[in-house]
Amino acid sequence: MSLLEIRDLSLEFRTRSGTVHALEHIDLAVDRGETVGIVGESGSGKSVLSYAAMRILDPAARITRGAINFAGLDVLAASEHDMQQLRGREMAMIFQSPRTALNPIRRAGRQIEDVLRVHTTTLRAALKEKAIEALARVRIPDPERRYSAYPFELSGGQCQRVMIALALACNPQLLIADEPTTGLDVTTQAAIMELVRDLARARSMATILITHDLALASEYCDRIVVMHAGHVVEEAPTATLFRRPRHPYTAQLIASTPTPEKTIASLSSIPGNLPDLRRTDLPSCRFLARCERSLASCGTQPLPSVSLAAAHRVHCFHPL
Amino acid sequence: MNAASANSTLRHIRYVATENPVTLAAFALFTGFVLLALFGPWIAPYDPLASNTAQSLKPPSAQHWFGTDSLGRDILSRIIVAARLDFGIAVSAVAASFAIGAALGSLAGFYGGWADRIIGRIADTIMAFPLFVLAMGIVAALGNTVFNIILATAIINLPFYIRVARAEVNVRRNAGYVEAARLAGNSDLRTLAVHVFPNVLPPMMVQISLNMGWAILNAAGLSFIGLGVRPPQAEWGIMVAEGATYIISGEWWIALFPGAVLMLAVFTFNLLGDGLRDIMDPRTRT
Amino acid sequence: MTRMILQRLAGALPNIVGVVIVTFLLTRALPGDPAAYFAGPSATQEAIEQVRVQLGLDKSLALQFGLYLKDLARGDLGNSLSTGQPVLAEIRARLPASLELTLCGLVFALAIAVPLGVLAATRPGSWVDHLCRVLATAGVSLPTFFTGLLLAYVFYFLLGIAPSPLGRVDVAYSPPATVTGLYLVDSLLAGDLELFWMCAKQLALPSITLGLFVMAPLMRMTRASMLGVLSADFIRTARASGLPRLQVLYAYAFRNALLPIVTTLGMVFSFLLGSNVLVEKVFAWPGIGSYVIEALVASDYAPVQGFVLTMALLYVALNLVIDILYGVIDPRVGVQG
Repeated sequence: MSLLEIRDLSLEFRTRSGTVHALEHIDLAVDRGETVGIVGESGSGKSVLSYAAMRILDPAARITRGAINFAGLDVLAASEHDMQQLRGREMAMIFQSPRTALNPIRRAGRQIEDVLRVHTTTLRAALKEKAIEALARVRIPDPERRYSAYPFELSGGQCQRVMIALALACNPQLLIADEPTTGLDVTTQAAIMELVRDLARARSMATILITHDLALASEYCDRIVVMHAGHVVEEAPTATLFRRPRHPYTAQLIASTPTPEKTIASLSSIPGNLPDLRRTDLPSCRFLARCERSLASCGTQPLPSVSLAAAHRVHCFHPL
Repeated sequence: MNAASANSTLRHIRYVATENPVTLAAFALFTGFVLLALFGPWIAPYDPLASNTAQSLKPPSAQHWFGTDSLGRDILSRIIVAARLDFGIAVSAVAASFAIGAALGSLAGFYGGWADRIIGRIADTIMAFPLFVLAMGIVAALGNTVFNIILATAIINLPFYIRVARAEVNVRRNAGYVEAARLAGNSDLRTLAVHVFPNVLPPMMVQISLNMGWAILNAAGLSFIGLGVRPPQAEWGIMVAEGATYIISGEWWIALFPGAVLMLAVFTFNLLGDGLRDIMDPRTRT
Repeated sequence: MTRMILQRLAGALPNIVGVVIVTFLLTRALPGDPAAYFAGPSATQEAIEQVRVQLGLDKSLALQFGLYLKDLARGDLGNSLSTGQPVLAEIRARLPASLELTLCGLVFALAIAVPLGVLAATRPGSWVDHLCRVLATAGVSLPTFFTGLLLAYVFYFLLGIAPSPLGRVDVAYSPPATVTGLYLVDSLLAGDLELFWMCAKQLALPSITLGLFVMAPLMRMTRASMLGVLSADFIRTARASGLPRLQVLYAYAFRNALLPIVTTLGMVFSFLLGSNVLVEKVFAWPGIGSYVIEALVASDYAPVQGFVLTMALLYVALNLVIDILYGVIDPRVGVQG
């Protein structure tokens, strides 16, 4: 059984300007120890999906169908108390903009202690020690001093390490990393990703890496899930996805990702924009307007789930 | 504003007015008060200054809708006539405060440097006092006249306009159209007055309305403690003061009616300010 | 920390200088004859000339200012015409009454405004939220002196719940032995609970009147500040870490939301100190507010000057405390400032 199982999840937001159909018929499974990448443009619903898994959605969100299972627990039916026990202890999350994601007027060490105090039976006296240990594990130089530091006294990379320490303090089974390296310089990006990978391997921790950066995903993920406008369009093991993408969107994403071999001129971009998810007349395949391979059935028939090979699925009427 | 944007403004105003009946009510009340202030002396049923000791301390009746005070004067008439005085004070004070404050603030924001520092100092010094206390000090020093109330109220409101004007001008100082105006040969002052200032105006309107309410409260407060307006003049604050001694013995109407009208006037300006804010906000700043 | 406090102190100095200069100008450099002011309305020409020489009003402005500073340094604020007593002594005697009133007004306002504001922010669109918004707009429209009268009329005259609005202690009692001058504190220190309750009852209406006006901006700011903080990124992190709701609300959200609220306190004190005078008149409260009103009626000028100076310096001191408090809560201040 998978560690995290999302089945047929549909989610909408009630806003003043209409109902946003943010997610539709999402299927996702993450096994213990594996690293799954969720890639897609901004607005594709990647973050919302992870918030749903942790049930930290905005109050305006409504889950209209589907189920989420974490380690056998029905997440959607669980009480808030049970979810609080899970969050931070069995499933954890790190965010982008690490400096704003930390309490600006509370010392780094204290914030880690807060999590330890809630989820473990560590004695008061031992809390500080454990917090410094957590900081040391994320390879922060001079962890004793960083323990007393405020977020504004730390660099972006250090803040991200603190957040990782916070998330991993109680040894969760699943870590969701929501754009963890956006906003960091390239060297720091690499360092952070290495850190996450090493820590995940050492603890057999499952990781979900949410990113718009396909190159990043290709380097650190075992398996990649491609999302577009609230739909999962394709999922496959990394190598397979890049060698032979089967969904037109995936292919275009890969084509528009810069690599050393490509020249600027050879870069392509994906035409059009994400459709307005408030529309009530959305086509079955939301990529329809931007697709060159569209058929008549793409707009009207419910999207199929085509199993191409082991662990390779595509949701398309006319795959490549 | 050309015809198209004027049209859309009207439409937006109408939208806000219908969406927000409270703002509409505020507007209606405001108009009512303005009319009262303008035509008061002709509407009032009795002479506000005429005392009639035989009729003193009479509760509200068909003859005297709001009753009479200790000297037998009709309270309704005095309230109506007081509208002119209180509104006059508020309008003059806020206008003066706005004109001088906006001018000073614009200069500070536009030129920076010494002008900014000196003007900033002036504003800070005024703000170092609890505002009502400073007003008391000014009126006590200069003498008990209506003019001095206006002066005191204008002074204590200065820092506010200085600050807002300075911030707004500072933001726009390096805008494209200002550069263009300068290059076209306009002197600094002309650029400031003709091009920058009109765009600073809209955000200030909200504050002007709120300030009016505050100015009335200030004037009434000063009169209540005996500074400024002197008997037998009719002013809402002084009427409440005159009624204060009687309220404990049960003659409630002498203080209640002027106080209630005072409250209504201030409330009107506050609501108006909030409504103006709703109109201004969605408009994109040029 | 000490560096921050010193910085704040240094920042307050120009304000103190400004206050002293302005109070000087108000009394010496304005139209009319200052000597006549200080000599009083019933003074003879001779007496006025005497006062003129006494106060150095025949000297140059610069010299006068020097004399003024010298007097201030000695604590000489002149003498009251009506009582003949030194103004400083009278102000010092009456200050605790005003302070007690102001503090109680503030406590009342905070006790209602802050929880309501937090509640409104955590339940946007609910009836609490709407109530807050209405109270906020209505609150700033209330003329303090009128509210006081209304409350006295309703609760004393009509309902008989409140005691007679005639000062700090009922006529049948004697005030507690003076330790701080704050009757609530002094009566507790003396262990006299009955006296404590009686003083508290006398304090109730005046402090509620004073607090009502400042409740509005405090509530509005609390609500806005909490709303802003609750949608911040670090709150999401706290939730995702499984921190219990109350802890998130208090230690994370509220403490961050405090910052703009503390800043608002500056304006709040300006209102409180100003409205103090009005409330003291309505409730015959024997503080420095009534003192200055009596002086105004008698055209006794020295107390008025003393009052303005005292209130202004008090205000500068309070603002200093607020600034320091802000620096304590927010460690970013002083480093990035």
